[in-house]
Amino acid sequence: MQTTFPKLLIKHAAERPEAAAMREKEYGIWQSISWQEMAIMVGHIACGLHQAGLKRGEHMVVVGSNRPRLYATMLAVQSLGAIPVPLYQDAAAAECVFPMTNAEVRLCVVEDQEQVDKMLEVRESYPALEHIYFDNPRGLRKYDEPGLGSLDELLAAGEAFSKQHPHFYKEQVEAGTQEDVAAMFFTSGTTGNPKGVVHTHGTLIDRAQAGAEFDHLTSNEDVLAYLPPAWIGQNIFSYAQWLVAGYVVNCPESMATVTIDLKEIGPTYYFAPPRVFEGMLTSVSIRMEDASSIKRSMYKYFMSLAKEVGPKRMDGESIGLFNSLMYALGNFFVFAPLRNNLGFSRVRVAYTAGEAIGPDLFTFFRSIGVNLKQLYGSTETAVFVCLQPDNQARADTVGVPCRGVEIKVADNGEILVKSPGLLKGYYKNPEATAEVLTADGWYHTSDAGFIDSHGHLKIIDRVKDVGRIKGGSNDGAMFAPKYVENKLKFFPHIKEVVAYGDQREKVCVMINIDFDAVGNWAERRNLPYAGYTDLAQKPEVYALIKECVEQVNADLAVDVLLAGSQVSRFLVLHKELDADDGELTRTNKVRRGFIAEKYLPLVDALYGGLTTQFIETVVKFEDGRSGSVSATLNISDAQTFVPVKAAA
Amino acid sequence: MTKKIGDVILDVNNISLRFGGVKALTDISFNVKEHEIRAIIGPNGAGKSSMLNCINGVYTPQEGSITFRGQTFDHMDSRQVAEMGVARTFQNLALFKGMSVIDNIMTGRNLRMKSNIFLQALRIGPAENEEIKHRARVEEIIDFLEIQAFRKTPVGQLPYGLQKRVDLGRALAMEPKVLLLDEPMAGMNVEEKQDMCRFILDVNDEFGCTIVLIEHDMSVVMDISDRVVVLDYGKKIGDGTPEEVRNNEEVISAYLGTSH
Repeated sequence: MQTTFPKLLIKHAAERPEAAAMREKEYGIWQSISWQEMAIMVGHIACGLHQAGLKRGEHMVVVGSNRPRLYATMLAVQSLGAIPVPLYQDAAAAECVFPMTNAEVRLCVVEDQEQVDKMLEVRESYPALEHIYFDNPRGLRKYDEPGLGSLDELLAAGEAFSKQHPHFYKEQVEAGTQEDVAAMFFTSGTTGNPKGVVHTHGTLIDRAQAGAEFDHLTSNEDVLAYLPPAWIGQNIFSYAQWLVAGYVVNCPESMATVTIDLKEIGPTYYFAPPRVFEGMLTSVSIRMEDASSIKRSMYKYFMSLAKEVGPKRMDGESIGLFNSLMYALGNFFVFAPLRNNLGFSRVRVAYTAGEAIGPDLFTFFRSIGVNLKQLYGSTETAVFVCLQPDNQARADTVGVPCRGVEIKVADNGEILVKSPGLLKGYYKNPEATAEVLTADGWYHTSDAGFIDSHGHLKIIDRVKDVGRIKGGSNDGAMFAPKYVENKLKFFPHIKEVVAYGDQREKVCVMINIDFDAVGNWAERRNLPYAGYTDLAQKPEVYALIKECVEQVNADLAVDVLLAGSQVSRFLVLHKELDADDGELTRTNKVRRGFIAEKYLPLVDALYGGLTTQFIETVVKFEDGRSGSVSATLNISDAQTFVPVKAAA
Repeated sequence: MTKKIGDVILDVNNISLRFGGVKALTDISFNVKEHEIRAIIGPNGAGKSSMLNCINGVYTPQEGSITFRGQTFDHMDSRQVAEMGVARTFQNLALFKGMSVIDNIMTGRNLRMKSNIFLQALRIGPAENEEIKHRARVEEIIDFLEIQAFRKTPVGQLPYGLQKRVDLGRALAMEPKVLLLDEPMAGMNVEEKQDMCRFILDVNDEFGCTIVLIEHDMSVVMDISDRVVVLDYGKKIGDGTPEEVRNNEEVISAYLGTSH
């Protein structure tokens, strides 16, 4: 279908002028904006931007949280054939300089005073930034910097212009084609400068449609937009699919009110990374502990039932008459009120993506009747590559390829994707484009994985991290450190894990206990401890962790590919891995190489067969001082299992 | 852009206040101009809160008079003061702990409600329209103070810094001409203090309120006030811009002590 986002807007405004397009909570009341109002506002902003000098093909930056007028601005920019570049609202000024210089941005529309201050700071090192428009004028009355103006003024100027040139806006929209660039998303590179991912109207609309068809989305859906619009996930859910399916996008009042707003709106289509679901489960668990004993025992009884039969029920399998009756009872007393409290009363489809989700967490939501599923995709693929069908959701796979997608596993285990939604390229970076997008049309995801026997894609690790075991009984077996680490981290008692095994004969891990969880566990057992280091080295704690490790080994033994990644030896570290000490990245990912160097005696001890090892490390405190922590660590062996395939 | 400071709106003349033999205030005179931020500082027991209490009619001074917008009074009546447009916040937060944030701020609208108690209780006719109008104003204040997430939370459950904001919100609900703030930042951490400073400046700027505040934190006082009065043992020992007060010998000795 030959169309663009602004054309879709005009279509909705013509077909359903009075229907709500967006809602925003203001002064405590949800205020609706109809499709017609939206189209008029977009037209006025477009005229205003045209007068301000925005040219076809030029980039314009939009920064802010989910606000209807900022979404309208993106549409207005696209109406003129220009390209909106959303940037993260919490990025520092220095981080915005590169994208803005790279895209040669002259105009930007931002949300409020905080963002205006940031743009003024950017302008010190990037003077080409001519115009800064703001949505919310609060606190900006005294600013008189050149080129600074309010969105209200821009709208008024645009309205005046459109009265004189009533056909201008429509003509501009008509001139757009689906091959035009629709938006550019900057991906945070772990090394070097961020890369601008260029998408056309065609790629984004095609993927939005594929996703909408897969889950039968209609114009009756309600979505709550609360993640940063600069992230392509949010952009697909509250912009591309909004315009494709024509549903209602709801903007929360502020970041602090998201949980309240979620409950009030009761979205039917929901998306969140695993950490959001984890936060919900934690708050439920904490509040249940404070509940009366009747409620607690009801919760306990029905949750154990739900855990057993809930997921089967969601998968459409029969659970028997008695269980069905009991589940209905549980639904009345526990599950329905719980869903209501979480804001999931009406949810039809909920997705999680971005990182691995723990099986217990995943099962919890499915068992209380929330249709939580996983999907696979990235900025470069316009999100939708694989999705889980309604009754085939699993915690360890990411679903089946959706319409138009072809998947191939390369010899090195890398997943290659061919899809109508692939990026046009990285902006002004042909070398990087050539690396990921080969001439034969395959996009290289740099994720390693495989298609399982049910046709579901399973992601193991980043390709560059996947190694091989060398020597010993598992010589040549695949070793996926992140896969092993995640499996261990899903246990509530384990906070962080570092796994080694590439080019070695066995896998060894260093573990950080979760101080709160293990501390609580120890207190309930009357196990006294003096602090983190003391607790970490308790033989009881080692026994607890050993159980976790052996359970993971038992799981891995069943796995055809990864049976060789079973953990032979482990130790519990005496201090928490910390970004201040350089052991984690700022986004809390373990820096395996750095840790191996820093704790070399421990790694040697793990592989050298010692049972204890003394270690002294320098730590940095938050106030900048440093001190040292020393301890003698125990090292424990863990039982490994014969791979099931080999044994058979 | 510098803000416009108008004429004298509040003039305190030769106020003396005694509790039995204790002289709380002795012969204090100072004035407050429209749209300015006027700070009253001084060591503990200097008479700062007593001074505010005289202005809004909680205490009756034995001597002296107060002129407010051209009218001179020997003593102020607290209801009358409120009706004339003077609101205050309290050092020890006199909020209704069991009531929600909305209801607490709504109490600040009390003076502006016209319909009688029976109509209000039944929520009929003019009372309903009035309530909607007042609620709209309360919502604007909630939005201004960025406490949307706590609308329906009982105030007693909120952290201290937020309670202080609600206290300010209730005073703002009166749409005052003059706002008296009694130690708005006492017991706050640095971040909460910065937020409160921003709110005070915004109230002054956007609502056009004249502000009289008592504060202990010198850096705050010096940053945001236009003029400062310094009290010590119930006497005025300094009056002027923050710069002048900072260089005043008497003020320095009252705060730091002098060597004899």
